[in-house]
Amino acid sequence: ERKRFYQNVSISQGEGGFEINLDHRKLKTPQAKLFTVPSEALAIAVATEWDSQKDTIKFYTMHLTTLCNTALDNPTQRNKTQLIRAAVKFLETDTLCYRVEEPPGLAELQKNEWDPVVDWAEKRYNVTIGSSTSILGPNIPASTKETFISHLASYNMWALQGIEFVITQLKSLILSMGLIDRHITVEKAVLLSRLEEEYQIRRWGKVEWAHDYDLCELRARTAAGTLFVHLCSESSTVKHKLLQD
Amino acid sequence: MAALGAPLRTLRALLRELRHATGRHYRDSPAYRHVLAAFRAHRVTSEKLCRAQQELHFQAATYLCLLRSVREHEALHREYHGKGERSPEEVAGLVGFRLPQQPGGKG
Repeated sequence: ERKRFYQNVSISQGEGGFEINLDHRKLKTPQAKLFTVPSEALAIAVATEWDSQKDTIKFYTMHLTTLCNTALDNPTQRNKTQLIRAAVKFLETDTLCYRVEEPPGLAELQKNEWDPVVDWAEKRYNVTIGSSTSILGPNIPASTKETFISHLASYNMWALQGIEFVITQLKSLILSMGLIDRHITVEKAVLLSRLEEEYQIRRWGKVEWAHDYDLCELRARTAAGTLFVHLCSESSTVKHKLLQD
Repeated sequence: MAALGAPLRTLRALLRELRHATGRHYRDSPAYRHVLAAFRAHRVTSEKLCRAQQELHFQAATYLCLLRSVREHEALHREYHGKGERSPEEVAGLVGFRLPQQPGGKG
């Protein structure tokens, strides 16, 4: 664990985008590239992560920094097509599509909580997804996958890293699209992702050092990923609305 | 649209989290100023369903969730996972013993 070695954190604008300064030093990625981000708001949030560190630097809490490092270094060396393929592949094992038959309480809960989100995704993207109680999971039509592939292709590389990250955290493409499209909040998405855990917690009780710990970590990562995607895909101009009479 | 509640509530909670995160000079921090500026810029509109407003509110709520969850996670980590191993003195003390003090080590 590293001690905090800097006093001031500031942002500056360079050629490739916004940079983070720790005192007079420019922040670099793990692969020693210059740390530059395309969005000022994202840079501010990253700077805040660094400024929030007290005596020691807790890298495991700096989710936005980590996401930026991944986007800059691309350690898994995947291109856009590979990222999209990995993201859409998750649909075959999407949490929301895997239903239990027992216990009936959980089956009912899944139906009541997950069906509306699956319905929303089907309407929003004009696809068929469905759900299954079989161990093999749902049968996702090729046309559905194609629709999501072409939709995700409209996002830039940075945003895609974020999207793929959120999908792997929530174990669900549908929930992730719900977040990206602002249909559900992070808290709701995490709750739906952990539906079975929450059901068991209600039945058997909660263990704070495990349940709450996991819950907070998942919320933090999902929130970071979602924010990252939105900040990397919005335009920087603020549209001013004219006052109407 | 996601069920977000009142924007003012989100703003206040977010500013509070930034205060916790940043420390004494929170009002001068870039994040604090940016959030306030963004909310002020979107205040002047007569349309209730202004899309930009909703996008901003969702972003603010997401950032609030991030800051809050990181703080709570860290608190839980410190409480349950941060203590590490006990020293030999502590272990001895658990059962009421003290380690022997022998100059030059054991016989």
